[in-house]
Amino acid sequence: MNYPDNLKYTQSDEWINPEDGTVGITDYAQDQLSDVVFVEILVAVGDTVESGSEIASVESVKAAAESYAPVSGTVVAINEDLADTPETLNSDPYGAGWTVRIEGGDLSGLMDAAAYQKYCEERA
Amino acid sequence: MTFIPHSESERDAMLAAVGIKSLDDLFAAIPQKHRYPEMDLPDPHTEMEAAAQLSELAAANNTVQELTSFLGAGAYNHYLPAVVDHILRRGEFYTAYTPYQPEVSQGTLQAIFEYQSMMTALTGMEVSNASHYDGATAAAEAVNMALAVFRGKRSKVVISPSVHPQYRETIRTYTQGMDLELVGDEPASDLASGPEALGSLVDENTSLVIVQYPDFFGRIHDLTALTAAAHEKDALVCIVANPTALALFKSPGEMEADIVVGEGQPLGMPLSFGGPYLGFFTTRKKYVHKMAGRLVGETVDNRGQRAYVLTLTAREQHIKRDRATSNICTNQGLMALASAAYLSVVGKQGLRQAAESCFHKAHYAAGQINQIPGYNLRFQDDFFHEFVVSCPQPVEKINAWLLEEDILGGYDLGRDYPALKDHMLLAVTEMNSKEQIDALVETLKEVNHD
Amino acid sequence: MTEFKLNAEPRVVEPTVFELSSPGRTGVSFPAPDVPLADLPERLLRTDLPLPELAEVDVVRHYMHLSNFNYSVDGGFYPLGSCTMKYNPKINEDTARLPGFTFTHPLQPLETVQGSLALMFTLQEWLKEISGFASVTLQPAAGAHGELTGALIMRAYHQARSDSKRVKMLIPDSAHGTNPASSGVVGLNIVQIPSDPRGNVDLEALKAECDDTVVGLMLTNPNTLGLFDEHVEEVVRLVHECGGLVYGDGANLNALLGILRPGDIGIDVMHFNLHKTFSTPHGGGGPGSGPVGVAEHLAAFLPAPLIGILEPATDELPPLFGYETPARSIGRMKAFHGHFGMIVRAFTYILMHGAEGLRQIAEYAVLNANYLQARVRSTYKVPYDRICMHEFVAEGHIEGSDIQALDIAKRLMDFNFHPPTNYFPLIVHEALMIEPTETENKDTLDRFAETLIQIAEEARTTPDLLHQAPHTTPFGRMDEVRAARELVLCCWLPENYGEQE
Repeated sequence: MNYPDNLKYTQSDEWINPEDGTVGITDYAQDQLSDVVFVEILVAVGDTVESGSEIASVESVKAAAESYAPVSGTVVAINEDLADTPETLNSDPYGAGWTVRIEGGDLSGLMDAAAYQKYCEERA
Repeated sequence: MTFIPHSESERDAMLAAVGIKSLDDLFAAIPQKHRYPEMDLPDPHTEMEAAAQLSELAAANNTVQELTSFLGAGAYNHYLPAVVDHILRRGEFYTAYTPYQPEVSQGTLQAIFEYQSMMTALTGMEVSNASHYDGATAAAEAVNMALAVFRGKRSKVVISPSVHPQYRETIRTYTQGMDLELVGDEPASDLASGPEALGSLVDENTSLVIVQYPDFFGRIHDLTALTAAAHEKDALVCIVANPTALALFKSPGEMEADIVVGEGQPLGMPLSFGGPYLGFFTTRKKYVHKMAGRLVGETVDNRGQRAYVLTLTAREQHIKRDRATSNICTNQGLMALASAAYLSVVGKQGLRQAAESCFHKAHYAAGQINQIPGYNLRFQDDFFHEFVVSCPQPVEKINAWLLEEDILGGYDLGRDYPALKDHMLLAVTEMNSKEQIDALVETLKEVNHD
Repeated sequence: MTEFKLNAEPRVVEPTVFELSSPGRTGVSFPAPDVPLADLPERLLRTDLPLPELAEVDVVRHYMHLSNFNYSVDGGFYPLGSCTMKYNPKINEDTARLPGFTFTHPLQPLETVQGSLALMFTLQEWLKEISGFASVTLQPAAGAHGELTGALIMRAYHQARSDSKRVKMLIPDSAHGTNPASSGVVGLNIVQIPSDPRGNVDLEALKAECDDTVVGLMLTNPNTLGLFDEHVEEVVRLVHECGGLVYGDGANLNALLGILRPGDIGIDVMHFNLHKTFSTPHGGGGPGSGPVGVAEHLAAFLPAPLIGILEPATDELPPLFGYETPARSIGRMKAFHGHFGMIVRAFTYILMHGAEGLRQIAEYAVLNANYLQARVRSTYKVPYDRICMHEFVAEGHIEGSDIQALDIAKRLMDFNFHPPTNYFPLIVHEALMIEPTETENKDTLDRFAETLIQIAEEARTTPDLLHQAPHTTPFGRMDEVRAARELVLCCWLPENYGEQE
């Protein structure tokens, strides 16, 4: 399982890149879901989101899950490609599988990589 | 013990293996004061006795085989090819469960896949689910789907007054917990106006427009302009279609529908006093993730064989739970098989023949009735196999008279439409001979003389 | 992991009807109209009708071939937990097809359908008697449709009392899978209630949620662990005390026939599954039938129409049966009156059994489940191990092997058994949910138990045999990812079909 050091993490298994506000689901989350077949981004560019509000709905061959905003802020980009290539959530969760970009968020209170790794290992 | 195979010695051996003395010991957890209630039920009947009693009940009915039927209004008396029921009677089909174990359910799965294929072909759409309970519930599910497509942001649904009254009622029942504005079918609405009138009700808050084709009064309208008007506001359009009519008339897909639903009963299912029937549901591929119900997709097994599985199951209630757009689980699997068998055996030619026969006979009947003094065709629009006749006397009275002559008259529209008091909806199918139609006409003439 | 040859062209075992089609073939034709022809409105006509064209014999053989790929109750043991796959008596198929029933239109005048209405009225009465409820509707089309009916009734009951703050539906974690969706689609908020160590509803957790926002509780009892809740009366009392209603999920009623009437312990509303308890066949996924029974205080909310007696019998005449609309009806749940064909089958079944026969059904369903549990519990861990009802849940996990419930399920097919329900309920790790039903004899149960024990042995000695199972079925394991990603959901006639003619 991969936990990049440069990212911050939530208890609901999202990551956010402090540098540009890019958000996605973690390697642990995609592994739990197994093969993702559908991603629906529930917000639009320009929306203001609250931390913990739903930003995406994900369906795999055996499970369904929601993804939540790690921080409050404004949505500045969404990953349009996921509609056609939902499998990138599995193959590249920290790269091409990003979901949205949120600006202006307060990252305090989020976990760092080490804390998140521990949190995942405790749930295994 | 009717269908219980245990001998006494087997029972005792099993009790011993469980470590208890009697069957009563199995129910110690049941509150004692309520255990083993008295039930006032008939004494057990042998198969022979039960068969006799059921025959007696069945014989108390007058069937559309004994009477001449001109009754439709959502359930139609069509010919049932013998093959269909022979296929349904195969225990391999009707005593199987939902095909959750695809290795041992390919019969059901491939049949449903073919059903989906034929329904998309017939409706001119791209995907079909594996069925809903009936046409009315399929229409209600179309509302749920449209609301989900707009994620609850559009709360208005426009519905034509000429959608089947029971479908409109079902939609209202299903949606009573939602803040939904359902407009268009107010009692004062103008029944003579065409589908274009609905277009003016569509606005930016409208998620769905529902219209029937042919409509409840049998009329066929080109709905292309309506779908264009709805799409102008980004609203979806659901067409409630009669599958037999689709053999002849423009498909809803050709008219740019987003959802097509309807009652599949005309495709090989007996009238059976209202059920079980078949709700079909087709849509565009882009909405497949928002569609409710089971869905069969093609794949391959680990031996390299083409095979079929239930797919996109994460949409459904057992996985998505309280976030699912529908709670449907059990559907109408065997009725979907019936319609697939029906469409396979009548095929392209047979379905057209049946539909044309309905059309010609209905038009002959309408023409004859229109000539009887006191009876008039209410609408001048094109129609398929049903039409509305204004009558010189209350429909109930006319129908009672017809029944004296062993004729089942039409549906009394005054029950649902105050404006159509003394109007009858008559259905004519391939099952009605010219002789029967002439007898109807003669009897109607006599009613008027009284 | 199972491997799939993704790039190879799949081998076709049975062509589709579209592939079997040939231009110009017909199966059943219809006579030419015996009336003068009318003009078809050209501008409204469709130009193509891409349906298959087959001869009748092709159709029969096609479906015969397909049927051979199916496992069925008629073919063997089907211990699918929660589904009650009992034998479907053949007489029910015949009675449902009596012409007097199949050839009646749902909108016929009352006097022409008194047989059907008498049958429906009687079944309503029988179901009331069996369940202890005051009123029953036969309209709902399936179990989940019954749940939806019940949830709407519960909501309407509170609304009628202007108690509008009730928005919360309590659902134990051992409830049936459809319950959360049934409440969700009518706009209620779901609160899950955990189970206690004996598999009962956790009373402390329940108490904590019982407040004035509770619409009700949806209770599956016996629950999906196959266990009867040992403090069900306390559960009902707690919910009633906070003003809520108790919905009983009747899917497991097979265990209680003649043993306990849910209405007698204060359940307010419940659906029946005629396709489980009363043996109407499952049809490869339906049709079902989900009548709903309610206590007196909810009778006014039932969907319309109910079947009632409009004119009582006199010395000379039988009663006149007809339709009634309850005073505060939630409305209509579907078109017409319900799945009449299923209603005839269930009627026939109850008529053959009577009160004593129904009680025997429950007794032997429960005996069979307990016997099977006793035979396998030393091989497969039964996490909630006590006298079960009509089914029990074991863990599909073998100490010292990497075998999962799924592998065991697939391996069972090689021995010509249908697998149990697996991975449900969610509260049991690697769940195998086993419901033998009363119609299976001891020999079958013994063979099944011995097979499960043998599979446990194989899991330790020859695990690959299980990983790759099934081996003897017509098809092997499926590539579910490919199905979901490629989404081939229908097939068509070839592009240039028919053009050569």
